[in-house]
Amino acid sequence: MMHRLGRAYLGLILIFLYAPILVMAAMSFNASQFYTLPFEFSTAWYAKLAGNAEILAAAGRSVWIACVVTVISTALGTMAAIALFRHDFPGKTVLRVLLFPPIAIPWLITGTAMLIFFFGIGLGRGTPSVILGHVALALPYVIVVVSARLATFDRTLEEAARSLGARPWKVTTAVTLPAILPGVIAGALFAFAVSFDQFVVSYFLSEPGDSTLPVLIYTAIRKGFTPEINAVSTLIIAVSMAIMLLAARFARFGGED
Amino acid sequence: MAEIRVEGLVKTYGAARALDDVTLTFPDGGFFGLLGPSGSGKTTLLRAIAGFVTPDRGRVWIGDREVTSVPVEDRQIGMVFQNYALFPNMTVAENVAFGLSVRGATRAEQATRVAEALELVQLGAYAARKPSQLSGGQRQRVAMARAIAPRPRLLLLDEPLSALDKALRVDMQIELKRIQREVGITTIFVTHDQEEALSLSDSIGILKDGRLIRHGPPREVYHAPGDAFTARFLGEANILTGTVEAAGLRLPDGALVPGKTPQIAVRPEALQLSLTPVPDALRARIVSRVFGGAMGTIVMDWQGQTLKATGRDADFAGLPATGDIWVTWPADQALPLV
Repeated sequence: MMHRLGRAYLGLILIFLYAPILVMAAMSFNASQFYTLPFEFSTAWYAKLAGNAEILAAAGRSVWIACVVTVISTALGTMAAIALFRHDFPGKTVLRVLLFPPIAIPWLITGTAMLIFFFGIGLGRGTPSVILGHVALALPYVIVVVSARLATFDRTLEEAARSLGARPWKVTTAVTLPAILPGVIAGALFAFAVSFDQFVVSYFLSEPGDSTLPVLIYTAIRKGFTPEINAVSTLIIAVSMAIMLLAARFARFGGED
Repeated sequence: MAEIRVEGLVKTYGAARALDDVTLTFPDGGFFGLLGPSGSGKTTLLRAIAGFVTPDRGRVWIGDREVTSVPVEDRQIGMVFQNYALFPNMTVAENVAFGLSVRGATRAEQATRVAEALELVQLGAYAARKPSQLSGGQRQRVAMARAIAPRPRLLLLDEPLSALDKALRVDMQIELKRIQREVGITTIFVTHDQEEALSLSDSIGILKDGRLIRHGPPREVYHAPGDAFTARFLGEANILTGTVEAAGLRLPDGALVPGKTPQIAVRPEALQLSLTPVPDALRARIVSRVFGGAMGTIVMDWQGQTLKATGRDADFAGLPATGDIWVTWPADQALPLV
């Protein structure tokens, strides 16, 4: 009995989470511009999207920025996680705790703070600021995910490599990184998703005419709604979900080989 | 190959002294066993020689070279870890080649030395396997081959056999000894298993609370333990305390027994038992007879203290299950303690 109730509850949660998304996805395939039923299947909005240079440019920019952010934050985050794993130093616990607020603080506030900061140091708005802002947001995710993987890493492997004459860089590349690779990949996917899906910080930090895809969608909605937005949103969701599924696979099940 | 020397090593962790002024020379080409209960500092000493632990004070030499501040990777050591620490992403051959490749050996050189090392541990046929496809004993031998292949000056073994089951352990002891003899490399190993230490080592060192309390060839230490801790830790011992008189040692119950110091140890195998009264003997009571295959143990009670005698089980066949028994030992078997 409880078992069945539990299932029903889970079903309700999934409906609550995914029904709006499914409606949106369905409407992106509906021929009518005004969501009128009956549903008439059409890929017209996708065709129109493919011809929308502005949206395509924004999408390209989003992907490009996400890739740069992924590379930077994965490299920095992995190094930080390894350093936290290898060394004991005063304030280590405090440092670990300080990694969490960026995840918990509302992005609106983070975005405001970043905007003030970037203007304060003279960098202002623009793509470099967007990238820096995204890296700051993505870094804690990478560190947390890679650290989780390192927690199961046998450190005598590093000692064995050193005893055989390997210098620290060689120990890292030949022994540590291969062992934690699934965690690094999961961290990179998280970083990509954080950047690619980011709206608030991008909105604050990007220059007009240089917007990322989520910012452009927001601006477009304010001007007037077209099912093209449904189409592009559906694509974004598909990409993000694929990334999250991949990340979950690497983070959780990539463990034992 | 080299003689290893540590001098005045001190290492503290908070209030605990893991190493307390340890000075010791490990002879060139010898097989040296470090022995002690957990927390005695034996592993810390091994790791200080390896370079994983930086001593607060004292110095370490490998041959003529002082290595106290030399990092692990430059000490030219080979080390076998308790869990073997084989690299899971590499094959057996790649594991064994690792120390050669990081030191810049050519491919051809690597191949020759890997083949040699695997031959030495009799695992030539397993070169292409991954560590996960090997048994515990095979992993142990791969770990040995990997440590030996770069021809280190010193081999360090951290509880090398403790992860194996008992039958396999005895085989691996013989194997380890053979490999060490063939290579002739100075070897230091840590164990908490006294039998292992006695059977493998040319010399042993016994640590307690971070201090080296006794060292020497195993037979010498066994037959002249010098103090009650060593006597009990290495093998079993019946320890007796009394007052020294001209004719021997007077025990609290009045018996005058062989012995020249206030405290003596008598090994269980040295005790002689008699069912009829004997002069200058301890009068004890039989508590139980323990069967241990070829050997047996008689457990006795004397003045509230437990005494143990061991011998061939067949020799104890005539003893009753309970009753009085008279215990003596030859004068030279009363080992003096301080």
